Amino acid sequence: MIEITDKAIDPQPITAAVRRDSNGAVVTFLGTTRRTSMGKTVLHLEYEAYRPMALRKLREIAEEIVQNWRIEDVSIVHRIGRLEIEAISLVVAVASPHRKEAFAACGYVVDRIKETVPIWKKEVFEDGQVWVGCQSHAVSAAAD
Amino acid sequence: MKVTVRFFALYRERAGASERSWELPEGATLAALLREIRDVLPVLAPPEVEIVAAVNEEYAEGGVVLREGDEVALIPPVSGGTLATRFFTALRCVQNDMVGKR
Repeated sequence: MIEITDKAIDPQPITAAVRRDSNGAVVTFLGTTRRTSMGKTVLHLEYEAYRPMALRKLREIAEEIVQNWRIEDVSIVHRIGRLEIEAISLVVAVASPHRKEAFAACGYVVDRIKETVPIWKKEVFEDGQVWVGCQSHAVSAAAD
Repeated sequence: MKVTVRFFALYRERAGASERSWELPEGATLAALLREIRDVLPVLAPPEVEIVAAVNEEYAEGGVVLREGDEVALIPPVSGGTLATRFFTALRCVQNDMVGKR
């Protein structure tokens, strides 16, 4: 199951989608929206995706993990749009015959998502907002 | 020939548009298009920052030759990255905050 959705995510069916009788372990990761960032209070978050490319990149990551690791199936669901604090923004579920591979692969999938998938996160504060990861672009603001 | 340029997230806000049609000479490369875009929209990114782009939904290098109807997306940095990049990003963020408060 690979999806990008603008609705609230229920992790249960995503986890269920990777379960098989051949697996001894399922690791499910929930990415959740945090109240504070850089010492400031976050009011809400906004996620934006280049949807077709993001789906393609998510499928590539899933294929890579199934081919190169002892992993039978991966589910990835990413939410976009406006998210309140404590919401689930990302669910990754990985199933494997053994727990070590499942833990490692789940962590790898989350890292890869954050490196290569064109989905962006904006944190909105009382006194401003920031696109996370884009601080290298902030020079113009500093030069004002 | 014409290509479609798409802007996302930070670039969308700075360009004031989510997409734009761009007229280019036949045989133009992605690098040439990016130079033109940066000339017209210098606000997108500071000169020392590389702009990453995708052509038809795949990351592409500057030497790629564009064709009529291609979709070129400008991809701002994504939110995560490795621990090392997160560390340096956090450092830069703190520095920018300090500069901003002066």
